[in-house]
Amino acid sequence: MVPDADFRSYHDRPIIKPPVWKVPDVPAYLYLGGTAGVSASLAALADLTGRPGLRRSGRLVAAAGAVSSVAFLIHDLGRPERFLNMMRVLKPTSPLSVGSWILAPFGTATGLAAASELAGLLPGAGRAAGAAGAVLGPAMTTYTAVLLADTAVPGWHEAYRELPFVFAGSALASGGGAALLTGHGDGPPRRVAVAGAALELAASHRLESRIGMSAHAYRTGRAGRILRAARAATAAGVVAAVAGPAADALHRRRPRRRRLLDAVAGLLLNGGSAATRWGVFDAGMATAWDPAYTVVPQRERLRRREAEQEERHE
Amino acid sequence: MGSLSGPLDDPTRDAGYPADHPGRVGFFTDTSVCIGCKACEVACKEWNALPADGVSDRGAGGDVLGMAGMGYDNTGGLGGSTYRHVAFVEQRVPASRSAPTDLGMPSMDLPGATQSGEHRADATEVRWLMSSDVCKHCTHAACLDVCPTGSLIRTEHGTVLVQSDICNGCGYCIPACPYGVIDQRPGDGRAFKCTMCQDRLGAGMAPACATACPTESIRFGPLDELRAEADARLATLQSHGVTGARLYGRDPDDGVGGDGAFFLLLDEPEVYGLPPDPVVTTRDLPSMWRHAAAAALAVAATVGAAFVGVRR
Repeated sequence: MVPDADFRSYHDRPIIKPPVWKVPDVPAYLYLGGTAGVSASLAALADLTGRPGLRRSGRLVAAAGAVSSVAFLIHDLGRPERFLNMMRVLKPTSPLSVGSWILAPFGTATGLAAASELAGLLPGAGRAAGAAGAVLGPAMTTYTAVLLADTAVPGWHEAYRELPFVFAGSALASGGGAALLTGHGDGPPRRVAVAGAALELAASHRLESRIGMSAHAYRTGRAGRILRAARAATAAGVVAAVAGPAADALHRRRPRRRRLLDAVAGLLLNGGSAATRWGVFDAGMATAWDPAYTVVPQRERLRRREAEQEERHE
Repeated sequence: MGSLSGPLDDPTRDAGYPADHPGRVGFFTDTSVCIGCKACEVACKEWNALPADGVSDRGAGGDVLGMAGMGYDNTGGLGGSTYRHVAFVEQRVPASRSAPTDLGMPSMDLPGATQSGEHRADATEVRWLMSSDVCKHCTHAACLDVCPTGSLIRTEHGTVLVQSDICNGCGYCIPACPYGVIDQRPGDGRAFKCTMCQDRLGAGMAPACATACPTESIRFGPLDELRAEADARLATLQSHGVTGARLYGRDPDDGVGGDGAFFLLLDEPEVYGLPPDPVVTTRDLPSMWRHAAAAALAVAATVGAAFVGVRR
């Protein structure tokens, strides 16, 4: 696309280097980390409030999500055997360093909680590990937004204010949705899922209305199609999530119908959440490949600055 | 942790070196005298023992020796195996520059007739822009900031260096660079870029590219001296009527705190594949962390509130 007649480039080549991060590795890493984070928090509060089913499902989803998230991260490395170099330093200027130091203890804590759950041993230690995972869980859901935003990729950097809330909403929807899918969605998880889906949709809308030229990449091409599918799945997931209790209130309770609706809701919300991560990833890639997304806003910024300087001189 | 943006006199000191560290060195690439010979590219390849590569959409790799409709450019851009890249830009410009000089020779035309070769208002000619691009060795280097392993470091000379024995190929530095310099080397997995010939600097030698450059388009030296040289060169060109001449990356007040490798260009930066107003992404990192923290708190509050007042 060439939206500006003045736009010039070097043989239409990208100015920044598009990320070498792979699909599905990185979108899956983003989605699984978020789902695991919310599931860990749900599990710990379920433990405190005497909901053993939700505790069990939350612990298992959190551990599985954390482990597979790490696996995708390692698989995406150019030198996977050097993964432990991530733990060589702790650098606040590197979101991937901070993220590694969130992910490693989170994975350990949720892994221990799940092991205690499965083995039925050391419930006290399992509770402590679960609590540690619950504290780190919310950080798991949003550090990945900083990971993308702290780049020169216009579609990600321009969105640095909204992206953490998109990812937070997406994680709440998928974490709550995972509990619905496993049949433990009654009460808190259903509320979490619906509130998360609402946040995901609202923050995505705000992102697209605020980030200027890069919004075009969120609306067009493959990224646009993925994000439209994500919104449709998330909205349908909300409908399915509230349909079960609504039907029960209107008619005689039918547990099988409820379970089926909840499972559909869980699948739709998780599909929508995963598609949101993939769509955001893909939109950023589109803005990296096309030099217009880099040049045109920077030219505009220069023009504004020069106009301001002239005003000051007058 | 050093500062993230704004003017900074001494990035080496900011990175934690003692006050008696060597002075900051850099490149001044004066494209007005570049002849596009690619001696810098070849010298760099030879000294650093870099594999060959060819044009692809992402610089290194693929289409070996292809020209891909890009003039005489067969490397396409900086990449994991190309630390110097000569850009070739062919432009149609008004032919005013080639107005013939009257040597007082006898003419074959009738007296008063238009002289052959005389300047016409709509005449055009070709001009070639050649420019040897390189890592900018930014004062505020995003690649260095975001590297999670500490593989990327500030050297004692004020340059930015990848320690290949530590890099685990996470690829974060690649989209962090506002200039699109650093990249993954295909088949290797790690990220590579210009080292400013760190292994020559220690021995008191100039980098291979600057040594090989036959026109002194690439100048190497203490950064403050290069800046003074560049200012003088710009003034000379402007006094000769070269209005398109401009310095790029020289200003310590720019979005990356000034470049350790800066340029004299004859057209707008984007024509050479350079961003017109680059800003180090980590300038906004404190605000990013604040937004992420607020969103994480929103997650915690949502999950907590969901357990309040639910019938069981």
